[in-house]
Order: sequence, then structure tokens, then C-alpha cells
Amino acid sequence: MSKKDIKVALIGNPNTGKTSLFNQLTGLNQKVGNYPGVTVDKKQGVSKLSSTQNAIITDLPGTYSINPTSIDETIVLKSLLKKDIKESPDVILVVADVENLKRNLLLFSQIKDLEIPTVLVINMVDQMHRKGISIDLSLLKKELNTEVVLISARKNEGINDVKATIIRCHVAAKASPLCGIDHKIDPDYFAKLKEISPNYSLYELWLMVTQNNFPDSVTKEEKEKLLAFKQDISKLKKYQHKETIYRYQEINKILNKTYIVDKSKATDLRGKLDRIFTHKIFGYFLFFLILLVIFQSVFDWASFPMDLIDVAFAELSSIVKSNLPTGVLTDLLAEGIIPGIGGVIIFIPQIAILFLFIAILEETGYMSRVVFLMDKIMRRFGMNGKSVIPLISGTACAIPAIMATRTISSWKERLITILVTPFTTCSARLPVYAILIALIIPDKKIFGFLNLQGLVLLSLYALGFATAILAAYILHKTLKVKSKSFFVVEMPNYKLPSFKNVFFEVIEKTKAFIFGAGKIILALSIVLWFLASNGGSSFDNAEKLVVENVENYNLNDDELQQKIASVKLENSYIGIMGKSIEPIIKPLGYDWKIGIALITSFAAREVFVGTLATIYSVEADDDDTSTIKEKMASEINVDTGKKRFNFPVGMSLMVFYAFAMQCMATLAIVKRETKTWKWPLIQLFGMALLAYVSAFLTYQILS
Amino acid sequence: MGYISEESLDFIPLKLLEMGCLPGAEVELVQIAPLTDPLYICVNGSHLAIRKDTASQIQILKSEI
Repeated sequence: MSKKDIKVALIGNPNTGKTSLFNQLTGLNQKVGNYPGVTVDKKQGVSKLSSTQNAIITDLPGTYSINPTSIDETIVLKSLLKKDIKESPDVILVVADVENLKRNLLLFSQIKDLEIPTVLVINMVDQMHRKGISIDLSLLKKELNTEVVLISARKNEGINDVKATIIRCHVAAKASPLCGIDHKIDPDYFAKLKEISPNYSLYELWLMVTQNNFPDSVTKEEKEKLLAFKQDISKLKKYQHKETIYRYQEINKILNKTYIVDKSKATDLRGKLDRIFTHKIFGYFLFFLILLVIFQSVFDWASFPMDLIDVAFAELSSIVKSNLPTGVLTDLLAEGIIPGIGGVIIFIPQIAILFLFIAILEETGYMSRVVFLMDKIMRRFGMNGKSVIPLISGTACAIPAIMATRTISSWKERLITILVTPFTTCSARLPVYAILIALIIPDKKIFGFLNLQGLVLLSLYALGFATAILAAYILHKTLKVKSKSFFVVEMPNYKLPSFKNVFFEVIEKTKAFIFGAGKIILALSIVLWFLASNGGSSFDNAEKLVVENVENYNLNDDELQQKIASVKLENSYIGIMGKSIEPIIKPLGYDWKIGIALITSFAAREVFVGTLATIYSVEADDDDTSTIKEKMASEINVDTGKKRFNFPVGMSLMVFYAFAMQCMATLAIVKRETKTWKWPLIQLFGMALLAYVSAFLTYQILS
Repeated sequence: MGYISEESLDFIPLKLLEMGCLPGAEVELVQIAPLTDPLYICVNGSHLAIRKDTASQIQILKSEI
């Protein structure tokens, strides 16, 4: 990042194609802060404006105004009020949708009053002809006193214009405000406000007062004076209303001269589609059908690449083992690191497919219809129509899902959504379910086309949703949290999804998962390998103990080696840990090896499969190349002499994983979003208790 | 089809004002959700879904035809 780079902030209403423009400007040069810890909200990318000039583009969350009502919008306000030379933007691009220009200009007029160089980018101009819209561009520029660029981000038209305009604008001196709010509403009042500080524009001072949001650069004295303005709250509110109406009046005046719509050309495709998608029967039916298709494809499409990855990593392990000199490092590589990485990579197909569907549903505008359909139902359970999006995204990963709750402006509805989202079946549970289903449910088709395994998986998803809803209802009735509920959702136009946007969304979410949760998984695999390959004195003397034991005299060499390995595992540190919790988990049908997997799963669920893989590969022969699934299928329960992973144990395990809160990354994010440890701890213990009791009942009833 | 009365101004949440629900603006009820709530309206070119309790605070006058 050189000093000469121009800092550009992208801002605009939701559904204006702001993200399309961001993708066109930056291409693959974008990065997003990773969770946990750092901010995720700020998407940044580098754009090459000309051969000598680069720009750092920041994509701010979509908002209708800079008076925030949700956390997402507060971020926008905060980044605009910053006076820090390093952070504050040189140029602001306000992206507007040509069809909704009036409403988009409200945000533009607010931004313009901040007196930062601003460019109005009108998007989707390829639709103008079809919708009968015409714009007098030169007059609009003059009236708005700004640069205006017409683009079509999807068709990649006008992007070079945008780049050239950024270069032209960033050298501009201080920009002038568009709507002088002061002399229209209460000149004396605003004159006094302006006197407080010459370092800020009047509108900035006004925002600080109305939004109670003071950048660090404000002095103590200035802050005190500003706070004095906050005393008469009803007056503030009234002036805010007046301000908005005044802005619309000005915008109307300008648009009357420059913007013409020929209504006769409008088609009613939107209305027709709405009548189908929000129909009282078809609407829900279609929604359910879409969910069914998503889950079937996640299981069907992903199973082939996942098997491939599974086999490939098992092969790789054995190749490494047979070709490198024996020693601790080779063991670490073959038994710790390679299975660990495999355990992360194996998720990619499923996560990518899920995010692909979610991205398409959001891109087309269908998601808003789901919010509309579901609001009344969700409200009964203390949530919000918008909670549907976190609950669906939760099927990929709870972390982005919990962050998606930020658009819910009611705190209670948001909190409940955050608390119950981890019940939805996230993709980290999928490998656990997948391997257990493959072990205990026969691979059959019923009615000729429905895969029985897929159907069991679907019912696990249903179990997750049902529990989430039920938990929400209990929380709704018991939680005493005061908050105002306010709900407004825009119903955007239907559009065909842009390949580029969907592609970037999938890449971004998948990357965030791999680097966020993946690090934890890999680190744990290594720790685990260490704990499994070291132990106390019995561990070190395992070989001697086995050879000297009379019972083992008639074993052949292979069997003897295996016996030694299993005694070693039993006496390793991890074995000791697993053994010590065995009495607690025995009623659920588990042995100490599964116990080890349970312990490690509290860091992240997906570690379950990796742990068992590590345990069994530590135990297995050196030249064993079988996959995890084969190893699990051949595992024997020592008490009964039958298969370890039989139907009751498999079901009990799946129920346990459906309910337990086993994800450190999620707990961290809940702490961050709720700003206290109280809620994540309630989640952790409440869900663990539920998991234990349900798994106990499942096992006892089935066996 | 109707328009928002001038008297409603103080009762309209700022957010709705900003999204185009202005006094004097024409409102069209596009659709009512299957369970009778929320309402899908079109005002000033914005297509919005709002809950009934919010909507009930806004006085709508019938437009003369």
C-alpha cells in the first residue's frame, strides 16, 4: 500500500449492484478480514486505475441512509466520520440503481453534505431503455454539483469511466454541500451548532449529535458542547424528520428536470413472479422444494469429490510413510499433518455447494420474499423474518450466519437468532453425519429416486431446525430483554444472478472458513497426534509388557504388532483422557476412543472424523492404506464382540452432535457480537446438557 | 391505493421516511403476506414489506378517483 494510493469508499443502498461494481473494479485483488477477532465488515480491494495510479477500494455495507438503525449501518457512519488521515476516504462513490434513483439520492445528498469529494455512479443503465427511463446527464451533473457516471456493472460497461473519474476527483478541493440543511429548518439553532468547531462540516456535527457517535478526533470541550444539543430529544427527532423531508423536496425538484419515466413501457414481470413466490400455498411449497433440492445436492454432488479427497489423503499418508526415513518427523507428517489438512480440505465441496445456493437465492432477490413469507411465523418464536437468512446460512457455517444477524434491528430478536443458530446443521456436522450415515444406513433408493441416506440427512437437518425454533420459543417466553421491534424490508426486483458475484461470494466464504476454522482444525490435529504418540511409563514399556504377557504367546507377528500399538494408544496421554471420561459416556454407548473424539470435538465438530482417523492410523499397521470409513466399519466393540459403530451408537452420536455446542470459533463470535461471555457460556452449557440427555435417551431406547 | 396524510409525519419512523414513505406520497398495497402480516407496499418507487403494527400508525387517505 503506497502513500499515493487513492482511498475510495463504495457506499449505496442494498440491491444497487454495489458489490458487482466492487468486483469489477478489484477483480481477484480483494481481501476480507478473517474471523475470529478482526473486522469482517470491511471488504477491501486494490484497483488499478491507470498505469501509474492504484486505488484502495473499501466496500461498505449497504444502507439506505447514514442515520443507522442496525449495526451494519453504524459501521458505515463510523468509517465516514473518521478524521484520521490514514483511514478517511479521499473519494466516495455513491452507487445508485437507475430505477430507484429518487430514494438513492437521499443517501447521496447526505454523503455530499459531509463535504468529501463524491461521485454519483448510476448503475443498471442497460435497463433504462426497457423501463422507459431517460436522464439528462449534463443537467443532472450541474444540479447535483457533482460528477455522475452511468455504468452497467454486470455488463462491465462504464467501469473505465469510473476509474478516470476517481483520478480526476481526488485532487478536487473541499467539496460543497448539496442541501444546506441549516437555513431551511432553524437557522439560529444550526448556526450555534456550526460555531462549535471549524474542523467539521455542519452536517458532520449534526450527525455526531443525532447519532451520539463521536470520532476520536473530537476534543473533550467540543464533545461537551455537542452533548448540550442532545438535551431536547424531541426537537432533535423533529428536525431529523424535517431534514429528510427537505432533502426529498430538493431531490424531487432536481429529478423533475432531469429524469423522465415513460410508465407505459413498464412490464409487470415482478408482479407476476411475486404472485407465485409469495402465494399462500405455492410460496411455502416452493420454498420447501428449494430447500429439499439444496440438501439433496449437497449430499449427492459433494459425495464424489469428498470420497476422492478422503482416499487421496489416505494414499498420500502411506506414500510419505513408506518413502521417508522412519522417525518422529515422518510420523508427525503422515499421522498428524496430512490427515489434519485432509480434514479441512474435505469440507470444501459441501461448503462451496451450500454457499453457491445461498448466493444465488440472495442474488435473484428471492431471499427477500422468503423474509416476507416467514416473518409472521418467525415472530411467534421471538425472531424476525430476517432470521431465516442466518438460519439457512447456518447450514453452511454458524459464524457468517451469526454475523448476518446484524441486519436485525430489534435486539431481542437478534439475540434469540444468535443463540439458536448453532442448532442448525452446519457443514462441520456434515462429515460426522456423513460417515455415520454411511456406516449405519444402507445405501438404498426408496420410491425409485429418493436416496435413503440423503433422506436421513434431511431429517437431521429438520431436527436441527426444529430444535432451533423450539429453543427460540422458550427463549422468547423466558428472556426479559427490552427492545423495540421495527421491521422494514425492501423487496428488490428479480434479477438473473451474475456469475461473477456468485463466484466471488462462494470463494470468499469458503476461504474464510478454511483459514478461520481450518487453522484450529490443523493445530488440533498436531496436538492430538502428539498426545496420541506420547504417554507415561506404561506407554514406553508397551512392547515389553505385551511380549511378556503369557496370553500373547500364540500370536503371530502381525497380531503382536497390533496388540502393542493398541496398548500404546490406551496408555498415551490422549488414551488416559479418553479413559477417564469413559464412565460418563458409557451410558450413551461410547467407548474411550469415541471419548477422545468427543473431547477434541469441543474445539470444532469436524475434528471428530480426523481424530478417529488419527487414532486408528496410529493404531493400524504401517502399510495400511484403508480409508477412515473402512477403519471405522471394522472397529469392534470389545464387550460384545460386535461392530462398534452399530445402529444405536451411530444414532446416539448423531443426536449428540446435533445438539452440542462444539465450536470454539462460534463461541468467540457470539462473545464478540453480544459483547459479554454470558451468552456464549449459556449456549455452551445449555446445549451440552441437552446433547447428553438426548443422546442417552436415544441409545437406551434403541438398544 | 391511497396517500399518506400530512398528520402522520410525527408517527412515521425516520427509517421509513428515508425509504420514501413521505406525507403526501401515494401508497399501493401490493400484497398481504399469507398469514395476514406483514404488508407488501409500494411507495415512491420503493417496494417495501412492513409489519402491521408499524403500518397502523400511518394514516392513509383514499385517493379521489
